[in-house]
Amino acid sequence: MAKIDLLFYLGAFLFCSGLLIVFTKKNAIMILLGIELMLNAANLNLVLFNSQKTGLEGQLFALFVIIVAVCEAAVGIAIILKTYHYYHTSVPDQISELKEKP
Amino acid sequence: MTIEDIILYLFIGSSVAAVLVMILNRNIFYAALGLLVCLISLSGIYALLQAEFLAVTQLLIYAGGVLVLIIFGIMLTNRISGKSLQTDSHNSFMGIVFSSVFFGVISYSFFNTELSAVDKNLNTVNHMTTVGKELMSTYVAPFEVSGVLLLVCLIGAALTASSFKKNLNG
Repeated sequence: MAKIDLLFYLGAFLFCSGLLIVFTKKNAIMILLGIELMLNAANLNLVLFNSQKTGLEGQLFALFVIIVAVCEAAVGIAIILKTYHYYHTSVPDQISELKEKP
Repeated sequence: MTIEDIILYLFIGSSVAAVLVMILNRNIFYAALGLLVCLISLSGIYALLQAEFLAVTQLLIYAGGVLVLIIFGIMLTNRISGKSLQTDSHNSFMGIVFSSVFFGVISYSFFNTELSAVDKNLNTVNHMTTVGKELMSTYVAPFEVSGVLLLVCLIGAALTASSFKKNLNG
């Protein structure tokens, strides 16, 4: 097996592991970690396809994906912190009310 | 097998092991450290694929920025002394089935495609200067838009996480 094929399988494995973490873990931060893993798998695929040709489109697209992922992580952590201050839990299943309890 | 291949296999193995730690371990903090190892390994793979700028960016932003932010989030939303750092899992069976089927489909399509037909290194130019020139000429519009996006998300995250109690309507 050529090493480029192995890297494609690595990207698929990373994406499916991120999907599994998002599906199965209960904590909101674990879901965020799974999303980061999936974005990194997409980045790995972009860089791999870019290494098969001349030009730099894949690398630059991966760069912008990293920027958007950073924004997503920052806003996600902020929302999780605010929710924790409000409901005293960071498990999304236990948050069932939109309004404060009377 | 050259030394580059050995380093590449090392990085692949360490990232797979780190992801397995993330899946199997119940501690959130260990999962964050596993993600850190996985990101550093991916940065090494990028460097071996001759995407040096992306490797350095990955190391600086992900390993230096995002992971520190996530570890801060873990520290602030979990009681360290208690057992709350553990996370439970649900939907285990359906999650494993869905992700295994998805991995099977992707692997099947890879297996049936001749991807390694051009398995040689085409890019041998100096990429650092090329990335800089492309970023400032061809891709200057998304570059500027991403700067605005970073500013918006900075203000939004700071306002969301800040703890002042004033209502918007009063």
